[in-house]
Amino acid sequence: MSDILLSVDNVSLRFGGVRAISDVSFDVRKGEIRAIIGPNGAGKTSMLNCINGFYHPQEGSITFKGVKRPRVKPHEAAVGGIARTFQNVALFKGMTTLDNIMVGRTLKMHKSFFWHLFRHGPAMTEEIEHRKYVEEIIDFLEIEAIRKVPVGKLPYGLQKRVELGRALAMQPDLLLLDEPMAGMNLEEKEDMCRFIIDVNKQYGTTIALIEHDMGVVMDLSDRVVVLEYGRKIADGIPEVVKADQNVIDAYLGVAH
Amino acid sequence: MSTAELATPSPALPFWVMPVLKTVAVMGVIAAVIVVLVTSGIAPKGSWGHKILAAPFIEMREMPDLLVQTLWEGVVAGILYALIALGFVLIFKASGVFNFAQGIMVVFAALTLVGLYDTFARYGFSGTLAAYVALALTLGVMLMLAVSVERFVLRPLVNQPDIILFMATFGLARLLIGVGETIFGGSSKIMISDQLGLPKGAIDLAILGGRVTLQKIDIAAAVIATLMIIALAVFFQKTRIGRALRAVADSHKAALSVGISLNQIWIIVWFAAGVVALVTGIMWGARSDVSFGLETIALKALPVLILGGFTSVPGAIIGGLIIGVGEKLGEFYWGPLLGGAIETWLAYVIALGFLVFRPQGLFGDKIIERI
Amino acid sequence: MFYREAGQFKTDYAADMAVFPIRQDRIGIALILLMAFVGIPMFASDFILNSVMIPFLVFSLAAIGLNILTGYTGLISLGTGAFMGVGAYACYKMTTIFPGLNIIVCILLSGFFAAAVGALFGLPSLRIKGFYLAVATLAAQFFLQWCFVRIPWLYNYNQSGAIEVAQREVFGVIITGARATPEVRYYVLLSIVVLLTWIASNIIHGRFGRMWMAVRDMDIAAELMGIRMLPAKLLSFAVSSYYCGVAGACMMFLWYGGGEANDAFSINQSFNVLFMVIIGGLGSLIGAFFGAAFISGFPTFLKFGVPALGIPLGGATAEHVTQIVVGGLIIFFLIVEPHGLARLWQIGKQKLRTWPFPY
Repeated sequence: MSDILLSVDNVSLRFGGVRAISDVSFDVRKGEIRAIIGPNGAGKTSMLNCINGFYHPQEGSITFKGVKRPRVKPHEAAVGGIARTFQNVALFKGMTTLDNIMVGRTLKMHKSFFWHLFRHGPAMTEEIEHRKYVEEIIDFLEIEAIRKVPVGKLPYGLQKRVELGRALAMQPDLLLLDEPMAGMNLEEKEDMCRFIIDVNKQYGTTIALIEHDMGVVMDLSDRVVVLEYGRKIADGIPEVVKADQNVIDAYLGVAH
Repeated sequence: MSTAELATPSPALPFWVMPVLKTVAVMGVIAAVIVVLVTSGIAPKGSWGHKILAAPFIEMREMPDLLVQTLWEGVVAGILYALIALGFVLIFKASGVFNFAQGIMVVFAALTLVGLYDTFARYGFSGTLAAYVALALTLGVMLMLAVSVERFVLRPLVNQPDIILFMATFGLARLLIGVGETIFGGSSKIMISDQLGLPKGAIDLAILGGRVTLQKIDIAAAVIATLMIIALAVFFQKTRIGRALRAVADSHKAALSVGISLNQIWIIVWFAAGVVALVTGIMWGARSDVSFGLETIALKALPVLILGGFTSVPGAIIGGLIIGVGEKLGEFYWGPLLGGAIETWLAYVIALGFLVFRPQGLFGDKIIERI
Repeated sequence: MFYREAGQFKTDYAADMAVFPIRQDRIGIALILLMAFVGIPMFASDFILNSVMIPFLVFSLAAIGLNILTGYTGLISLGTGAFMGVGAYACYKMTTIFPGLNIIVCILLSGFFAAAVGALFGLPSLRIKGFYLAVATLAAQFFLQWCFVRIPWLYNYNQSGAIEVAQREVFGVIITGARATPEVRYYVLLSIVVLLTWIASNIIHGRFGRMWMAVRDMDIAAELMGIRMLPAKLLSFAVSSYYCGVAGACMMFLWYGGGEANDAFSINQSFNVLFMVIIGGLGSLIGAFFGAAFISGFPTFLKFGVPALGIPLGGATAEHVTQIVVGGLIIFFLIVEPHGLARLWQIGKQKLRTWPFPY
């Protein structure tokens, strides 16, 4: 039985009078691919934001790697080993692909400011070492040709891939993907699926992803949790969830 | 799009109640601390604690006429700051542009008025009629300015991030300074207050055991400013164009979709800001003189906006009053402790203090970032 | 044809990550340095040195500083003039408190005082963004300007309230003071600028440059990658203010030779440097030089160059025309090319790559 990497317990999140998440609990096992699905406005992105430390739930707690974290700051979550991609691509538009992914290595780079004043020497050695790792990611994601292109100029599908690369550069234990295939055509989706599976198998990264495409969800994920109006309405392996009447009603819009 | 259920009903208080209550509460605590310190004798006379926390208040109590005088001057300065801030608010409300050049528009408007009158006077045309003709022509110039700005600055930059538009108004300010100096020369001018029929002299009130002097021009400035603010408020709430302006402020796309012409609205708004700038320029100029030094004073409108928020007309007024009064009180009672002339930076530090505790200003909306 | 990269292969990452990966660029830089160190002093008159080159170098330094803060980190600052002043006064105090200390060392050390002050005024930047930060820096500008006048200790209680530059020598050569020649001052300034530019380039091309650009482009995402906002922003303020402080010290000691602080470190100066950074190109080191050259050179060109061509143009009018042109250019560049002259330069190089073919 694989151990539990992330555990969300009775989390509730409110913005003023609006409840984004109401009493949701689920867990993510180490090494699995967990899908979070649900109709629009269900609170999926808010859930990821809570895990990231960007929003702080008013009730409940989140336990990561066995440590309960009541209020965690985003960069602490990053240090802990959580990486993230965003619904609307949050790349650094002014920088190249290579630079964007190199930013992902920030946490692993330790040479102090003093050495960077001279660049040649210890700072350069560190840069080259991390450049090697980043190049491996670039090879893995097949984006060698656009290394030096400013990401603002890239088509949407490639931008999403670069964002994945940036998250991978952090060598995370838990990778959160927010609609990684949104807006892609069939070919791009297949590529992205392949990459996600490879990340999971090759790097052993645990993945939690939000996705709307049911086919992708069924193929990719080990387990699924379904949210609607901020509440959990189903949780289990894909086949079971797909057949769950509540889930069918939620997607078809039956009021309850 | 589904709506999440409401856990608690939102309170029905107007938006400004909580911030004002909180500010009053904080000030009350500070006042209580001061009273305790003064009355308990913890801070003996001559010590720094006494000098900062007690002596000024004692002075205020012992010479209330001076206090009233200082407060009055603070109020007048505050109203004039508020007028400049109002120009900012108008433009920001309708176009989302933070018009850094508003201050220079004040100077430019005043210079144009005086320049035109002087030209008339040189040809023998002077007096009240000439003054009002010059005034009308100046309004025309401000309209042309509004049209040019809309055409050459706003329209090309319509989709750029706010920071770019902000910096473009820096350029606009510099440009207007250059044009103003070329046409009118850099020396100070005297405002044509007599010819415009503005009152002169002062009223002396023998009250509170002393004397308080109120300059008539200051009273006129306060009255005119109040009238203008009321007129603007009525304009926004009651007229068709006012409604259109509010629509544009809420959402450009929605306004376009109901047939409101964005370009027309922007011209109207920049012209309205120009009118406000002209009135402000006349008032400021009548109290001192018309020179490019006004620009630095106009920069003080920025702390006003921070306090009052960028989109609130009442906020601009309240912010202006707080800054004006705070500045004058600070300079008069605490300034000597630090060597004087703290007016140059006190407004900014007050604003900075507020910002640190409330990044959105007194009246702004809490910024909830969404990713 | 001249700017071809073909045939230049990089065989290791170090070569690929070099600041000037293309050989023609390296040759270009060598030529520029040669001209700066040898050509200009040989051929330029004292007037050109005093009125064109020295101001250009001082402003380049300040523009690099502001570019780090505003161009790379995205934090608007209107306090540049004041930070330059802090450097100038720090240098002055050091020359009077430690008269034996080498003047160049004084100048380089004075930047650290400016850096400390800059970091202090940068503290609010954690909670305050955008326009609001601009107003917070205005607080710094006006408060520090007030300090320069109202704290007599800063100007050693002298009558005029101005900074007095004493004569100082290094290895027997007079560097500052009334008897220092333009050539000597130019060389010292040039050396300082070249050194500090090299250092700035090193910082920018490493992880700190990337960190700042990440803060500028999307600070929320940067934080989620483990970049802490406060240290990043404070470091940016500190480094930026260091450069502005050294620029201010150089301004007083190597250019003006002492004088009143009021005009040199006023809000107008802050705007001047900001315009340099905007016109030159936000987020570009070479842009800092372009912008400084333009804004400091244009008025001189108008004042002396235009009459030399036979067109009469008075001094005051030249000032005003400069303001109109600069103001107009700011708007123009922001509309047409927000990345300023530096981008135009890049586009030019791009065209040169394929010249004489169109593409």
